[in-house]
Amino acid sequence: MKGNNLVALYTLCRKEIVRILRIWSQTILPPAITMTLYFVIFGNLIGSRIGQMGGFDYMAFIVPGLVMMSVITNSYGNIVSSFFGAKFSKHIEEMMVSPMPNWVILFGHVLGALARGLMVGGIVTIISLFFTQIQVHNYWIVISTVVLTSVVFALGGFINACLANKFDDIAIIPAFILTPLTYLGGVFYSISLLPDFWQTVSKFNPVLYMVNAFRYGFLGVSDVSLTVAYSIILTFVVVLTAICLYMLNKGIGLRS
Amino acid sequence: MNLPKYLNIMTAALKVSNLKKTYKNGTVALKGLNLEVEAGEIFALLGPNGAGKSTLIGIISSLVTASSGDVEVFGDNLTKQRNKVKSHIGLVPQEFNFNMFEKPMDILVNQAGYYGVPRKTAIQRAEKYLKQLQLWDKRKSMSRMLSGGMKRRLMIARAMMNEPKLLILDEPTAGVDIEIRRSMWEFVEEIANAGTTIILTTHYLEEAEQLCKNVAIINHGEIIKNTTIKQLLTTLDIETFILDLDKKPEADLLKALNAEVTDENSIQIDVPKSKALNESIKTIDEMGYKVLSMRNKVNRLEELFYKMTQEQKNEGE
Ligand SMILES: Nc1ncnc2c1ncn2[C@@H]1O[C@H](COP(=O)(O)OP(=O)(O)OP(=O)(O)O)[C@@H](O)[C@H]1O
Ligand SMILES: [Mg+2]
Repeated sequence: MKGNNLVALYTLCRKEIVRILRIWSQTILPPAITMTLYFVIFGNLIGSRIGQMGGFDYMAFIVPGLVMMSVITNSYGNIVSSFFGAKFSKHIEEMMVSPMPNWVILFGHVLGALARGLMVGGIVTIISLFFTQIQVHNYWIVISTVVLTSVVFALGGFINACLANKFDDIAIIPAFILTPLTYLGGVFYSISLLPDFWQTVSKFNPVLYMVNAFRYGFLGVSDVSLTVAYSIILTFVVVLTAICLYMLNKGIGLRS
Repeated sequence: MNLPKYLNIMTAALKVSNLKKTYKNGTVALKGLNLEVEAGEIFALLGPNGAGKSTLIGIISSLVTASSGDVEVFGDNLTKQRNKVKSHIGLVPQEFNFNMFEKPMDILVNQAGYYGVPRKTAIQRAEKYLKQLQLWDKRKSMSRMLSGGMKRRLMIARAMMNEPKLLILDEPTAGVDIEIRRSMWEFVEEIANAGTTIILTTHYLEEAEQLCKNVAIINHGEIIKNTTIKQLLTTLDIETFILDLDKKPEADLLKALNAEVTDENSIQIDVPKSKALNESIKTIDEMGYKVLSMRNKVNRLEELFYKMTQEQKNEGE
């Protein structure tokens, strides 16, 4: 990698992280509050009546799911608001006039989204310690699934930001696609509770694989096969990266 | 003849050939534009609103995709060596395009970073240009809080962060007061003397007159005149004045002066450069009127555009 590109990448990442910290009351605090509420309500109040799920305390079962949910929404949200914001107020032109290659623009923003995902995920994990004990079955699986999932949704958010023309356009996908997919992706329940038909339907939901692989890293149980999970996640990473780079090269949504 | 590169002093800073742009909504902004700007000069690009100046600048600086045609910057082809071309250019766009929630210092240092300038060098450079453009006191303010003129200077400083060989200024002095405008002219001359080629669009003829040797006038997406500013000014041979009189002008006065009424007590007269204004004033005096005040009618540039676009229409007929 050329020195120039490395400097540009560092600059971009640093700028993204400074942004996250500067507006922490929009980026860090809200997810921390929401997730605390989830822990109190689902974990403590309702969870105590549910008893066991997948062989574990309900609280212990949903912690990985909720961490993953916050990683997904925050990675996606970060890149969408940062990149669409840059497009909207035109400071994206600062990047476009510079000789920084497109892959650096993409990678820099993805790393920013990953940073936000991990920051929030970390905070949610810490909060969960007030409610339950966490065991880790396999660190590698925990780390790799969280990083890869964050990247997948960062890439998705990037595409959304490129195609969006108004603020509504960046609210639609999270509301109508992201939220349903995560809620139905086994965050709150094991799909073994579902009738056969819905189990089959659930298996078309990619978030299910991410949540379950991540949960396996903690608890050592999963509704799906890890190999299938990793294959799906990696396929998404590759395909979405290709789409993002194609859009950047063509200037889709960026150059008139 | 194949001269070695260091002898090739004639390399143009910018060479635009047959450049066309049709926007997605069907607007034809450039219709096969040709332009050459020599290295080392300050070049004025003039033209009425909507002529295509910003579109041309957008294409040169990779913000707008050309429909067809060729652009070369210091001999490097825009489509074939885009990143190299980008590294030659510094852009001050017409509209504010920085993050209003960032501080000037951060904006400059980040911009340099995008060009691969290491942070330490970038900070030194930012200091230099913030001081030169009288923004040093504001380096830590939120950019949103800067005045319009300060925002413009911030964009000039930002465009200098990669020490470009070609600096493009799209209406840099719009909304800037006289004093700052003059200091901006000084700044532009200074960096031009240091060897940077400058392309400037403006709606102030004095500005072009003050700074530039060569000018191109663009209208409806075409260059309609490419000449020296001196040459251009000689075509402006008629000046229009508005005179405020002490009472309502009667028909005989209007007839004698070939004047038009513009207001209750005001008239408008066209005076060729070759004729002295004395004669008209004398006539007015003789007919029993007093001239209370007098001013030039329009901005000379508007007059010029008007003339040229009329010529263009006539030629087309
Ligand atoms: N993004 C765009 N989409 C569609 N049409 C556009 C776009 N940008 C500019 N145009 C049109 O292209 C033409 C040229 O516009 P341009 O901005 O290049 O003019 P200009 O010479 O810079 O004018 P001004 O002096 O007002 O800045 C105009 O008709 C304008 O409406
Ligand atoms: Mg313009």
